[in-house]
Amino acid sequence: MTDLLLEWTIKIAVILGALLTAVAYSVLLERRIMGFIQLRRGPNRVGPFGLLQPAADGLKLIFKEDIIPSQASKLLYVIAPTLLLIPSLMIFIVIPFGSEIVLFGRKIALQVTHFDVGLLYVLALGSVSVYGIALAGWASNNKYSLMGGLRASAQMISYELALGLSVVGVLIQSGSLDLVEIVRSQGGWNGMHWNVFVSQPLGFLVFFIAALAEANRTPFDLPEADSELVAGYHTEYSSMKFVMFQMGEYCNLIAAAGVSTTLFWGGWMGPGVETYPALSLAYFTAKVFVFVFVFIWIRFTLPRFRYDQLMRFGWRVLLPLAILNIIITATVKLLVS
Amino acid sequence: MEKALFIIFAVVSVAAALNILLQRNPLYSALSLVGTLIALSALYVMLRAQFIAAIQIVVYAGAIMVLFVFVIMLLNAPKEAPYIEKHKALRFLAIPFAGLLIAEAFYVIRLVKPIQMPASDDSAQAVGTTLSVGTKLFTDYLLPFEVTSVLILMAIVGAMVLARRGED
Amino acid sequence: MIPLSWYLGLSALLFTIGAVGVFIKRNAITIFLCIELMLNAVNLTFVALSSYFGDMGGQLFVFIVMTVAAAEAAVGLAIIISIFRNRESLNVDEADSLKL
Repeated sequence: MTDLLLEWTIKIAVILGALLTAVAYSVLLERRIMGFIQLRRGPNRVGPFGLLQPAADGLKLIFKEDIIPSQASKLLYVIAPTLLLIPSLMIFIVIPFGSEIVLFGRKIALQVTHFDVGLLYVLALGSVSVYGIALAGWASNNKYSLMGGLRASAQMISYELALGLSVVGVLIQSGSLDLVEIVRSQGGWNGMHWNVFVSQPLGFLVFFIAALAEANRTPFDLPEADSELVAGYHTEYSSMKFVMFQMGEYCNLIAAAGVSTTLFWGGWMGPGVETYPALSLAYFTAKVFVFVFVFIWIRFTLPRFRYDQLMRFGWRVLLPLAILNIIITATVKLLVS
Repeated sequence: MEKALFIIFAVVSVAAALNILLQRNPLYSALSLVGTLIALSALYVMLRAQFIAAIQIVVYAGAIMVLFVFVIMLLNAPKEAPYIEKHKALRFLAIPFAGLLIAEAFYVIRLVKPIQMPASDDSAQAVGTTLSVGTKLFTDYLLPFEVTSVLILMAIVGAMVLARRGED
Repeated sequence: MIPLSWYLGLSALLFTIGAVGVFIKRNAITIFLCIELMLNAVNLTFVALSSYFGDMGGQLFVFIVMTVAAAEAAVGLAIIISIFRNRESLNVDEADSLKL
């Protein structure tokens, strides 16, 4: 029992450390790629290639004045950033980072835990994280923030449906909600039997777009929409609370990349993982990195949706496509078996 | 250990439920209800109903309550009047009736036979897992399930008709 | 082991709080929230009994109660929005005439 507890504690500490580093560097990555796409250099002064930039930004933001607007609803204003960050961090306890490796004479599975309803747990945390944004918008007592909060909640309700329905195809394929089982079901073809190649290209497309919307990334970044709403829901935030919003957002981004990888791109599967289990960790990291890159690439390529377009797209295009995907997958499964 | 967890979540759920009544601002009431829902979901996990616990968060906390919060923010509803204007007598009736209701409930509960919870069963067929819920739902309970889908269709049509602005 | 009566007692307590709320609150949305609270109190009873008796029926009933609650929330909130649009108030005592 104590052994298991110790193992969990160490795993959580390692994942938390790695994740927060990844979050800090994905901000830098985003700014560097933005520079590259817009034909300029991006931050390159602090350290080699600007690698110390996250530390410098962090220090700067910590020393900023922490402002709470006098008309704000104080309690909600203070806890709103936490409500965004904590659920997105909690998603990572079920994501399998790799297969089992042997360390210090002990078999260690490379995920914190797994349970029967793992995927529902991920969806649940994803849907709860909207409270942070909505309440930040409301508590700031600022009309732009309120608009941002309203948009976030409407967008989340609409795209959650498409997100939830798009994974049903994967569930039909793997027959389990447990993320570890879902990854194992994609193990054939020398580790290349990934859902996205086999039967779920449409499901993946819908999931990917809906996940972009859930993570509030361009072209669905209506809740913060700089050009219309100043900075949307976090207009009034400064200092560490602002940092927590930023961290929450990038954490959501990495979570979206991790879940897409796990569900559709074979998780840690790849050629040669059976013989070299440590390779699985590298595959997983590489896939997540590619996803994060694509998310950033999309941000600087596509313009933002208008609000009515966003709603129409979610309800009239994504939702029917997700249902179509379920029908096709179920029919094929029935005919094959 | 288990009893301590039960007491923690029970206290959280009851405190949040009381807070629904104490707050004058509907948004705070709604958030208190979210607190109750999450505490209840933890209790469902303790009862080994993982599927229901997850659904509780996805459907209740993640969809229904977000809809409530959305409507409250959209209407930007004014705070409630500090006291009941019309039916003042109701308040004095409500408290004794509440006492009566709870006394009744506890009188009945006292008669409950102490049953032991079945020993924990780790197989996928155990009560509360996704497999067992799904199997039951699509065999023995297929008709209620289908009727629910008709109900949801009616709700969708009804909500659209009601929320649409009039033609006039 | 936790006795079954603890769960039932908690459920009774939550149900009573919800019932009291329906009586003493005048804000339509808060009354709605109290109704949801009562539904949840009953759900707790269902899940507790289902686990203690080892019978799935209770949990499936909870599943159906949740879909009904979702449908109810959609229609109910639509009604509340249209009442608010006409009367600029959420107080249920003011929505007392059949005509607009």
